[in-house]
Amino acid sequence: MTAVAARPIVSISRLSKSYRRGDQVVPVLRDITLTIPEGDFIALMGPSGSGKSTLLNLIAGIDKPDEGELLVDGEDITRLGEADLADWRASHVGFIFQFYNLMPVLTAFENVELPLLLTSLGRRERRERVETALALVGLADRMEHYPNELSGGQQQRVAIARALITDPTLIVADEPTGDLDRKSAEEVLGLLRRLNAEMGKTVIMVTHDAHAVPRGTSRTWRKGS
Amino acid sequence: MNARQILVKIPFSYIFRNLWTRKVTTLLTAGGMALVVFVFAAVLMLDAGLKHTLVSTGSYDNAILLRQSSQTEIQSSVYRDQASLIETLPGIARDAEGNPQVSKEVLVLTQIPKRGSDKPQNVVVRGLPPIGVKLRPQVKLTDGRMFRVGSSEIVTGRSIAEGFEGVGIGQRLRFAGREWTVVGHFDGGKSGFDSEIWGDVEQMMQAFRRSTYSSVIVKLQDRDEFANLQQHINDDQRLILDVKREPAFYEEQSSSLSTFISVLGITLSVIFSIGAMIGAMITMYAAVANRTGEIGTLRALGFRRSSILAAFLAESVLLALVGGAAGLILASFLQAFTITTMNWQSFSQLAFGFYLTPAIVVKTMLFSVFMGLVGGFLPSVQAARLEIVDSLRAA
Amino acid sequence: MHYLRLVFKNIFRHTLRSLLTIVGLVVAILAFGLLQTVVNAWYAGADMASANRLVTRNATSLVFSMPAYYRERIKAIDGVTAVAISNWFGGVYKDQTFKNFFATFAVDSDVFFDLYPEFKVKPDELLAFKRDQRGCMVGRLIADQHGFKVGDVIPMTSPIYGGGTWEFTVRGIYEPKDQTTVTRQMYFHWDYLNEQMKKRFPKRAEFAGVFIVQIADGSRAAEVSQAIDKEFRNSLAETLTETEKAFSLGFVAQTEAIVTAVKIVSFVVIVIIFAVVANTMAMTARERLAEYATLKALGFPPVFVASLIFGESVMISALGGAIGIALTFPVAAGFKAMMGTMFPVFYVTGQTVAMQATAALAVGVLAGVLPSIRAANVKIVDGLRYAG
Repeated sequence: MTAVAARPIVSISRLSKSYRRGDQVVPVLRDITLTIPEGDFIALMGPSGSGKSTLLNLIAGIDKPDEGELLVDGEDITRLGEADLADWRASHVGFIFQFYNLMPVLTAFENVELPLLLTSLGRRERRERVETALALVGLADRMEHYPNELSGGQQQRVAIARALITDPTLIVADEPTGDLDRKSAEEVLGLLRRLNAEMGKTVIMVTHDAHAVPRGTSRTWRKGS
Repeated sequence: MNARQILVKIPFSYIFRNLWTRKVTTLLTAGGMALVVFVFAAVLMLDAGLKHTLVSTGSYDNAILLRQSSQTEIQSSVYRDQASLIETLPGIARDAEGNPQVSKEVLVLTQIPKRGSDKPQNVVVRGLPPIGVKLRPQVKLTDGRMFRVGSSEIVTGRSIAEGFEGVGIGQRLRFAGREWTVVGHFDGGKSGFDSEIWGDVEQMMQAFRRSTYSSVIVKLQDRDEFANLQQHINDDQRLILDVKREPAFYEEQSSSLSTFISVLGITLSVIFSIGAMIGAMITMYAAVANRTGEIGTLRALGFRRSSILAAFLAESVLLALVGGAAGLILASFLQAFTITTMNWQSFSQLAFGFYLTPAIVVKTMLFSVFMGLVGGFLPSVQAARLEIVDSLRAA
Repeated sequence: MHYLRLVFKNIFRHTLRSLLTIVGLVVAILAFGLLQTVVNAWYAGADMASANRLVTRNATSLVFSMPAYYRERIKAIDGVTAVAISNWFGGVYKDQTFKNFFATFAVDSDVFFDLYPEFKVKPDELLAFKRDQRGCMVGRLIADQHGFKVGDVIPMTSPIYGGGTWEFTVRGIYEPKDQTTVTRQMYFHWDYLNEQMKKRFPKRAEFAGVFIVQIADGSRAAEVSQAIDKEFRNSLAETLTETEKAFSLGFVAQTEAIVTAVKIVSFVVIVIIFAVVANTMAMTARERLAEYATLKALGFPPVFVASLIFGESVMISALGGAIGIALTFPVAAGFKAMMGTMFPVFYVTGQTVAMQATAALAVGVLAGVLPSIRAANVKIVDGLRYAG
C-alpha cells in the first residue's frame, strides 16, 4: 500500500450483476463494494466464473450493472445512456484484450489510429500521436504491417498503443498475456508496469497468471475479500 | 460533439479492404448484381434507342398530314384533290421559285426475306417525289445515286441494305408485278428511314394500283406556324385530315412497342434483383457473423451503433456499386448491336439500337445503390444490435 | 438414407442462410419458368393452325385486299372443299388499350364455323347468328373478360372502315376444344360489312382481306396452294397461298428479335442464382474446413467428405427448384388472368418443367464442384488449425 492515499479513481458501491441463462438467473456479482485509487495497478484474480471479467466489463462501461453505484473519476457511469457511455469510453478507457482484437484489414498504424477518429483531431495531429504511441511500445518500424504479419507479442503491443492513444483515465486489460509465450508475456507486462509506474496510468487487469502481478505497489483482489 | 458522432467515423479503408479480402464471395455477389444491372440497363437503353430512332425520324420544321384518326401512314389515304388543296394552305414554306415545299407520298408494304433466313418480312416502301428527299436533310446517300423520276429504280436505307437479301446495288427486287433496280443506299441517321425502301411516287402508285396518297409532308414556313396551319385544316370541311408535327407523330408510332419493352424489362429487372439482393443479404450476414468480435471491439472503443450500421450498409452499397459499374460497362457494349423487329403499329420491320444516355447511367447506379441498401439492411441492423459483451465473447 | 438425412440436417444448421438461398432459387426458377411460358405463348396461334386449312392473301402485301369473287374460283380448284372470306375489321371496343383489345373479323358466316371445328358452338346459337345480319359470335375468352352474354350489344369503332359506331349483337359464345384453341376473336357477317361499304364507300365494296381455304387432304397442301396462286397469276391481285401454320408463324417471325431476347434473358436469371448458390456453398465449405479435417483425421475418405458439401449443394437446389416449379402453375394462372386477352393461350408445358428441373440441378451440381474439391483436398493439419 502507498503511504499517501491517492484519490479514488473508481468507486464501486453495492454493485450486483446477474445473467440469464435460459430460464435460470445466475448471480455473478453480489453487493460488491470496492475503491481503486488513481495510479493503482490492480489485478483481479479468481477461478473461472468468479465474475472477475464481469466486474472489469462493468468498470469499463461495456456492460451495465443490475444494482449499485459505479463512479469513475467522479462520474456515475450507471446513469449514462448508451450513446453517452460510448463517448465516455472513447475518452476514458483504453482496452487490451486477450486475443488483441485488432482489425485484420487495417495496418498497425491504422489500428492505433482508430480511437482518434472519434475525436476532432486533424490528420496531421493524429499521425503524430500514432507515431509517438507506436514508438513508445517499440514498434515504430512496423507501422505499415498488417496484424497477420506480426507475432502475438507484437500484436498485443500494437493493442497497448491503441489503448493509450487517447490518454485515457483507465487502462483495462482482460487476460492480456493469455495467448502469449513466456517471453512475449514478460515484454507486455513490462510495458504495462512502465505505463503505470512512469506515466501514472491506472491499470486494472484480469488474469490467471500469478506471475503477472508486479511486486511492490500493486494490489490483488480476490472474490470474496 | 453529437452531430459529429452521428457521421460514419469508421474509415473507408476498413470497408473497402473487407470486400477485397473475401475475393471469391465479393466476386460472386457483385457478379450476380452486375447481371441484374446489365439486364436493367439493356432494357432502358433499348427503349431509349427505339425512341431515339423514331424521334430523329422527324424534323420539328415539318408537319405530316394524314386521314383523320389514322394512326399510321399505312392506314391513311389522302385524295389527290385534298393534296392539291394542301399546297395552297398558308404557313407552308416556299422555295426561291415560289414552289410549295410539299411532298405527297404513298406508303406500302412488301415482303423481302431477311439475310440468313428464308422467312419474308414486311418492309415499308415509300413512294416520294424529289422534294420529299429534300425535306429529310438527315438522310444522306452513301453509295450509288438517288432514283430517277419516272423509272423503276429504288434506293434502300442502311438497315435494309445490311439486314436483307438481294438489295445490293444493281440487284433487282420483284414486287407489285414489276422488277425494281436498286441504284443506291442511304443512311437515315439512325432514324426509321433506315428501314425503308424509297422510289418514285407516281411509279409506286401505278404499280400498287393506288389512286390516293398515304400522307403529305409539308415544311413549315416558320416553326410557330403549326398552330395556324392546324386551325386552317380544322376549319376546312374538305380536308378531313389530321396534322401533326413529324417528331410527335413518330413518337406516337412507337408508344405500343415502347411500353411493352419497358414493362417487360422493368418487371424482369425487379424479379432478378430479388435474387441479387438475396445474394447480398447472405454475404452480409456472413460478414457480420465472421466479424462479430471486431464489431464488439469497435463498440468498446466507443463507436456508436449507428456507425456500425452505417459501415456495414456502406460495405453492401459498395459491393452493389462495383457490380453495378461492371454491369453498366458490359451493357455499354450492346451499343454495337441493332435489333430489327416488327413495330406493331406500322406493321413493318423497324431497326433500332441500344442508346446509352447520361440519364440511364444515373438510373442504373441508383438501382445498384438501392439493391445494396435493401440487401444489406437487415444484416447491418443485426450488426448494430449486437451487445458488446456477447460480441466480445464470441470473438 | 442415413447420408441424405445427414446432408439435410447440415443444410439447416445455418437456417437463415439456407432459407435465403432456397428463396432465391424459388424466385429464379419461377421467373425462368414464367419466361419460357411467355415464349411458348407467343407461338400460340401457330399451334392452333390446322393442316387442312390454307390462307390465301394478296401476294403484294397482307395490307391489300382481293376481289371477293375470287371465292368461287378458289372453290372450283381441285382439292378444295370450302372457302370463307375473312376481313380484318380492326374494331376498337371502348379504347385502344391492351386490356380492351380483341380481334374482330368479318367472315362468310354460312361456312366459317364449318371450317373451324376447334370452335365448339351450340347449334341454336349458330342458327341465331346466321339469321341476324348484325349478329356476332364471341370467343369464351372475350366473353369472360368483358362479361358479354348472349343478347348483349357490343358497340365498336373501326379506324380501318370508319363510319362512326358499329353495333353488333352477341348471338353465341364459342368454346375452345382444347388448350391450344385461341378464343380471342369476334366474328360477324361479311355480308353486313359489304352492304355498309356499298352504301358509304362503294369503291371499297366487294373486297376480301384473306380467304380461308379448307382442303380435303392435308398432304396436298403445297400442291393446292400452287394451283390457287396459278389461277390468279397476272391478274389484278395476284395471290399467295400458304398453310395456316406458315401464315401464323410469319407473324411471329416478325417479332423474332423480341422472343430471342426473352429466351436469352431467361437464362440470365439462372446464372444469377448460380452465383448466389455458389457463394453460399463456398462460404459454408470454408466455415466447415475444421470439421472436414477432423473427419479425414478420423479416417473418412476424401470422397465422402467431398460428397457432404456436394450433396448439400444439390439438395438445396433441388428443394428450391421443386418449390419453384410447384409455384409456377398458380403464378402462371394469375399472370394469364392479369394479362387478359394479350396471351390467349398461356399454360405451363411439360417441357418447361423439365427445363426448370434441369436448370436447378445444373446450378446445384456446378455450385458444389469447387467447394467439394476444396473439402476433399483439405490438409488435415491446416483444417484443424481453424478448429476452436
